[in-house]
Amino acid sequence: MNTGFMFFIQLMISGIALGCLYALIAVGFVLILKATDILNFAQGEVIMLSAFICYFLVTTFHLPFLLAVLLTGIIAGFMGVATERLVLRPMLGQPVFAVVMVTIGLSIFLRSMAGIIFGYNNLVFPSPFPNEAVRTGGIVLSQTEIWIMLSTFLLITTFFIFFKYSRMGLAMRGTADDQDVALLMGISVKRVFALIWAVSFVTAAVAGVFLANLMVINLGLTLVAISAFPAIILGGLESIPGAIIGGIAIGIIENLAGGYLDQIIGGGVKDVTPFVVLFLVLMIRPYGLFGKREIERV
Amino acid sequence: MAIRSKTFRESYFEDIKLFKTMWIKSWMGLFLLVLVFLPFMGDPYIVYLVNISCVATIAALGLNILTGFTGQISLGHAAFFAIGAYGTAVISSRFLFPFWICLPASGVLAASAGLLVGIPCLRLKGLYLAMATMSFGVVVEYVVITWDNVTLGVRGIAVPTLNFFGYPLDSINKIYYFLIVLTALAIIGATNMMRTRVGRAFIAIRDRDIAAEVMGVSLTQYKVMAFLISSFYCGVAGGLYAYVMGYIHPEHFTFLLSVQYLAMIIVGGLGSILGSIFGAVFITIIPEFIKGLAQFFTVLFPAMEGKYDDAWNIAAFGLLIMLFLIFEPRGLAGIWTRIKICFKNWPFTY
Repeated sequence: MNTGFMFFIQLMISGIALGCLYALIAVGFVLILKATDILNFAQGEVIMLSAFICYFLVTTFHLPFLLAVLLTGIIAGFMGVATERLVLRPMLGQPVFAVVMVTIGLSIFLRSMAGIIFGYNNLVFPSPFPNEAVRTGGIVLSQTEIWIMLSTFLLITTFFIFFKYSRMGLAMRGTADDQDVALLMGISVKRVFALIWAVSFVTAAVAGVFLANLMVINLGLTLVAISAFPAIILGGLESIPGAIIGGIAIGIIENLAGGYLDQIIGGGVKDVTPFVVLFLVLMIRPYGLFGKREIERV
Repeated sequence: MAIRSKTFRESYFEDIKLFKTMWIKSWMGLFLLVLVFLPFMGDPYIVYLVNISCVATIAALGLNILTGFTGQISLGHAAFFAIGAYGTAVISSRFLFPFWICLPASGVLAASAGLLVGIPCLRLKGLYLAMATMSFGVVVEYVVITWDNVTLGVRGIAVPTLNFFGYPLDSINKIYYFLIVLTALAIIGATNMMRTRVGRAFIAIRDRDIAAEVMGVSLTQYKVMAFLISSFYCGVAGGLYAYVMGYIHPEHFTFLLSVQYLAMIIVGGLGSILGSIFGAVFITIIPEFIKGLAQFFTVLFPAMEGKYDDAWNIAAFGLLIMLFLIFEPRGLAGIWTRIKICFKNWPFTY
């Protein structure tokens, strides 16, 4: 096979690995959005904070990697419940703008507090995955990337089973569908909201731990979450399969743009491509691939 | 003669008057007098803060026209500000054009960018609009850094001194008067616009766009107009910023700046001219306040020595946004109105 084609395949596959991360982050966004109609701009901060927490659990407290991840997940879950209770609950019934701004306020507050507490140095996560890359037929993949793909698959299957068969999952879907009816059916909407935030933050924490392995840990990790916005818009704001497909698509597009356009235009194209895609999707098909078209009644 | 109390207006003209009572007129006069003599009594740092507040006020007015009055969320206003600042910087440093070309030109540049964003965004609202404007901001930030041969990229541009018809405004005291006059013009312009059909159409769109359209407000026309006017204000503010700072760098125009302007209008009061001014001044002086607080705490706890940096200010912005939205959604202007009404109705409670 010629090298051009191999280069393309290589970009595609590492794009899928990156896309899996975007998909995880996007699922975190969509879970909250679907159930509570809130777009949580502070999701990136949760990712960054969990990366820091996991790092310190592994290095300062010398915990084994898996235990550290578990603890990080639990902490993130509690953060989710606390955020819902303290920041978002008082905003019930407020206009969209106010709710969006509260989460943005929370996001810059958390980010700067993280800067004050953890400092601005780049930290390198002691990776639990072996360093040597896997080569198959000329395609090179790091073990981290393979683990990312596997865990994303595992987590998303778990979600699928949880939402399809478990009682709580059904309650969550019911609440997302219609809050009033859910209340009438005896579902505690308050508890569902708290749990949704916890689940979403745990997803963000998993994404954060993997991101920490993929790149260095610093405050810039929050930006990755913002790059996942295009994924949820492309997938349609309120669709979980949409978020997954959108995430993977954005990962591939970003990598292809980085591989081909960087040589022509100059560095940094990779980082803006998602936003250009977002802008285009909003112009052409604002409700995304799987979103429901909003019909307004007067 | 009937005793006038509370809102007592006999004609429509009275209702839309710029200065509602004699009192407001005289207080405004006194306030202007203080502003005129400020450079002679205050120390230069206060004058500098007023200068920065003036620029912020114009930008906050612009954002408030779009977000507060028309209800269109914009998370990318730093982009218009950046376009204005770079417009002035490039035109005045490359072509050595005077300010009366540079400033309107940056306004028009920003307004055409506003048109570019505004027209495609007509179909979007709420969350979608927030994301579209945010991505516009990111793209502009990228262009400013990458378009090296015009913007000089990360090296930044030095801006020549503002030359007022042969009289260089080279000190903060001199540029102070220029800024005060322009800010006053911007405030009067915005207040006036809000009394006319245009302003009321904006408010109607914010309150319920479909109802507004039914009543004969052309959504397309007025939404685009809101984008145009708002980005024009921000462009001019950006141009002034370039003149005041004398040097601009892509790092000044990040997403954080957009959030800072949003903080201004939220803390000040959404959909209120007075609120934009309050908010702009408040957010500009809050870092000074925190600096003072940090110094105070260093005296108490010597371990805090040298711990103060910019991150504290940003954390304070975030906290302020949250607290105001949760506890006082109408902002400082809301508090102000409440106090005023309380005094006006005294000794009755309502």
